Amino acid sequence: MNQSNKSNKSNISDALKDAGLPILTCLQCGTCSGSCPSGRYTGMITRKLVREARVSTDVLHDPDLWMCTTCYTCQERCPREIKITDAILAIRTIAVHEGIMLPEHRRVSQLVLEHGHAVPINDLVKEKRERLGMEALPETVHKYPDALLDVQTLLESCGFDKLAAIAQE
Amino acid sequence: MNKLSLYLGCITPNRYPGIEKATKLCLDRLEIDYADLPGASCCPAPGVFRSFDKATWLLLASRNIVLSEEMERDVLTICNGCYGSLVDANNELKDDLALKKSTNTHLEKIGKAFKGTVAVRHIIELLYDEPGPEKIKEMVTSPLDIRVALHYGCHLVKPSKERNLGSTEDPRFFDELVEATGAESVNYPDKMACCGAGGGVRSALLDKSLEMLEHKLSRIRDADVDCIVNACPFCHLQFDGGQIEIKEKRGIEYNIPVLHYSQLLGLAFGYLPEELGIDLNLVTNEEFLLKLKGDR
Repeated sequence: MNQSNKSNKSNISDALKDAGLPILTCLQCGTCSGSCPSGRYTGMITRKLVREARVSTDVLHDPDLWMCTTCYTCQERCPREIKITDAILAIRTIAVHEGIMLPEHRRVSQLVLEHGHAVPINDLVKEKRERLGMEALPETVHKYPDALLDVQTLLESCGFDKLAAIAQE
Repeated sequence: MNKLSLYLGCITPNRYPGIEKATKLCLDRLEIDYADLPGASCCPAPGVFRSFDKATWLLLASRNIVLSEEMERDVLTICNGCYGSLVDANNELKDDLALKKSTNTHLEKIGKAFKGTVAVRHIIELLYDEPGPEKIKEMVTSPLDIRVALHYGCHLVKPSKERNLGSTEDPRFFDELVEATGAESVNYPDKMACCGAGGGVRSALLDKSLEMLEHKLSRIRDADVDCIVNACPFCHLQFDGGQIEIKEKRGIEYNIPVLHYSQLLGLAFGYLPEELGIDLNLVTNEEFLLKLKGDR
């Protein structure tokens, strides 16, 4: 084990097993990589991610982790029925809790914290809504400030505001 | 059919309001009992929030479901991403008492509690169940003479163990709904492939996301269709906005119109493209709009 492995606290494989997502039965057959629509273009190698997660915490720093579109094709086709996509999501969660988050994803988090929407409305769309004979604001948190406060209370209650802030450092 | 609440999500009301309007027109025409779901928030987006923190993801999703529980209505989603988040969260909270308890500890702070009394539906599987493609075909007043490249999108059918909608490699149910409008659902290579938007890839790695999209667009162009039809506003955004981005970044113009199924069905019910917001897409294809007018 190299220094970077030792310095990390998590044992990924055990954490996945605890989450009901065991990966040790992986045959390294490569069906996942062959099925991956992202792999064709991003260079993401799903099989490598699964192997890495079994032996080391380096996987938390692997850029491939964020190239998965979560299409679930690998999970559907895995001959060992390993929940690969769910495992990738669980590994991402460990990474985020270690403070690793892409800046664009931090921005999306801030949008939800601020507006309750990952994609908030803008003036152009308000205009489009009115042109369609609709109200400028939809029946969502955008129209009901108290509902937005509730959302913000929940995000604070579960510590998401701090999580997004930790990842910011 | 149970009564429904219309859950809008983010991209429909805040980017493609035509999909919202078309959905309401179609639900009215089909005499399906639905109501607005006031105060709903982001589902939250499965690719990013489910990746970041499961408790947060479950909590925001549960609040949206609870709003519908309070109205004693099942949740109707019109987006694969929202469907994925809300149906999975609903099932997990119904099945796992400890999760439900910890989620309710937070919900209590806003005076709410998850009970587990409603179902989460996606408009495509709902319409396929009831009224079903045969009945819809009978109700169509302006059958469409167009060729369609159908894009199911990933989270409508996958993970299959949670969805129970049959084959994920070659499903048929959505094609049947498309063909109920008179349109032809044209087979094309990589029809079931991802559009490239999900999992936070579009937001963080746009160029890679667009390469995946372009692969699909090139297959669709070769199939010689009039438009792309989807059932997910995020796929819709990727197909529509992505074509503009590809044109700007790489100088390649596909110019393929993109319709949500509710807009396709709206056309077959005799509504005009501009009543359904089809002309408010970023891709503007006059030839397609003229062809639709010719169909009338």
